[in-house]
Amino acid sequence: MLLPLARRALAGAAVVAGVVALTFVLLRLAPGDPVEQLVGPAATPEQTALQRHALGLDRPLPAQFAAWFGRFARGDWGRSIATGRRVRDLLGDAVPATLELAGLSLVLTYLFGLAIGALQASAGPRLDTALSVTTVTLFALPGFWLGLALIMVFTYWARVLPAFGTAGLDADALTGWSHLADRLRHLALPLATLTLIGIGGTARFVRGAMRDVLSQPFVRAARAKGLSPFQVTRRHVTRNALIPVVTLLGLSLPALFSGTVFVEAVFAWPGVGRRLVEAVRARDYPVVMGATVVSAVLVVVGNLLADVATAWIDPRVRQARREP
Amino acid sequence: MTPLLRDRRAVFGVAVLAIVAAAGVAAPLVTSGRPTAQGDIVATRFLPPLAGDHAGGFHLLGTDRFGRDVWTRLVYGARVSLAVGTLAVLLSIVLGVAVGAAAGFGPGLVQLPLLALTDFALALPRVVLLLVLAELWQPSAALVVIVLGLTGWMPVARLVRAEVRSLAARPFVEGAVALGVSRGRVLWRHILPNALTPVIVAAALGLGNAVTLEAGMSFLGLGVQPPAPSWGNMIASGRDTLVNAPWVAAAPGIALVFVVVACTLVGDALQDAWDPERRP
Repeated sequence: MLLPLARRALAGAAVVAGVVALTFVLLRLAPGDPVEQLVGPAATPEQTALQRHALGLDRPLPAQFAAWFGRFARGDWGRSIATGRRVRDLLGDAVPATLELAGLSLVLTYLFGLAIGALQASAGPRLDTALSVTTVTLFALPGFWLGLALIMVFTYWARVLPAFGTAGLDADALTGWSHLADRLRHLALPLATLTLIGIGGTARFVRGAMRDVLSQPFVRAARAKGLSPFQVTRRHVTRNALIPVVTLLGLSLPALFSGTVFVEAVFAWPGVGRRLVEAVRARDYPVVMGATVVSAVLVVVGNLLADVATAWIDPRVRQARREP
Repeated sequence: MTPLLRDRRAVFGVAVLAIVAAAGVAAPLVTSGRPTAQGDIVATRFLPPLAGDHAGGFHLLGTDRFGRDVWTRLVYGARVSLAVGTLAVLLSIVLGVAVGAAAGFGPGLVQLPLLALTDFALALPRVVLLLVLAELWQPSAALVVIVLGLTGWMPVARLVRAEVRSLAARPFVEGAVALGVSRGRVLWRHILPNALTPVIVAAALGLGNAVTLEAGMSFLGLGVQPPAPSWGNMIASGRDTLVNAPWVAAAPGIALVFVVVACTLVGDALQDAWDPERRP
């Protein structure tokens, strides 16, 4: 169990390193640099060159990368060129916001996805078709558009929920329950958007996995020996159908992160995705690099956790790993 | 093909895609005027759906903030969305089949590196790559095709590799090899044609995904640039006028959902038709 895990962790570290190196190179190949935006259109070429030199941007690329990596490895993530804030502080604020949104959405997506998929697998053809139409539509909804639709309905028409940010302007003056209520109200729409677009895919997958298991001979055997339908579902079908579902959990993390980027853009949610979009636009190299590291690590660690979970719920995978 | 014709999902999906594609191809016939045409902006902007303007023009889906006809832009946007989506999927399929075939049937030396490359590329956060790549050149439709193609081939490669390897162990391949047929010809004539089924399913599902991502990139301002219409940048411009003209963002969003649902249903139906075990 431990050795394969170490190997996977090593592979994950290689992926993170690869993403970071690739991002660094791609970013520098792009036209424009942060200095042009920093010094403004009125700057003389000398002023621009001076600023570029001060930031070390006139050095050869490998030297720049080595310098960045050396500082990064020692824990110095640099400062944002655009705002002057420390990248660590900038992302330190953003990571909890993204984790809050993505984590809660993941939990809700799987709760609803599992429930709907399992219901479909055991339901009659009519309910199955009705739910299939629903899940296929949810699956097709682009997150940014659904977000706008929800804002339209709940913010402009019904005027019940706020559309932007994580807290109201008066958040600092609120205490206790009203503070929590304010946070929850701000969370509601982005969370609903991210969850709704996730449910469709999950439910479709769970339905397929349950159906595959239902057609297996051991299910027929369990029924033949007189187990109640509930017992067959709970003890034989659900457990086996969970294996591909947990694997999907790991594979869906990059998609969840993509969804978060768009939802954060729509709802002005101050998470990693929004910081990344802003930083790429402003060519704010240190922030892009920091945000890339963070997002790559989040995805890789998520995949690793899904692997561990698969081994944990499936004795066969454990066995197979023990005997190479 | 008969089971497909009896499958309501396939019929619905193909019908939707055919209608959207036909409207896009015949855009000048089903619309009046250019998608970027704007007249007296003050008099013609924000007309609600089914409204007529002072010049006698009729606006089925209303007008946007420049007085441009939303229906016309929607139809011309369908051209962009479908063309970009189709080309992107084509590119990722070609790349995926090439890499998958080489990783499954090529010389042993290239198999492992290609497999490692695929796994590596699969683990990259796609949106991060999209964002960075889209900033590389001036945003354009061609760029979206290339970026989506380059970041979408990995699942196809894995599918093809698995299929090629299982086919390579079948007796008819052994037979062909025993007859002295070259490996390249075995792959091209005997293995790949049999491995195409899952690829076509992946292409149908991938088209929906590519159309959504194109819209997403254009929404963030990294794809098709205004004033050229694309469903993504129409939604983006409708976002600013959400309160007084919700139809501007609603129309392209609904069209998008229909196209993606259609692609998904066609993909599902194809899969069920070719794989009897999964038939409902």
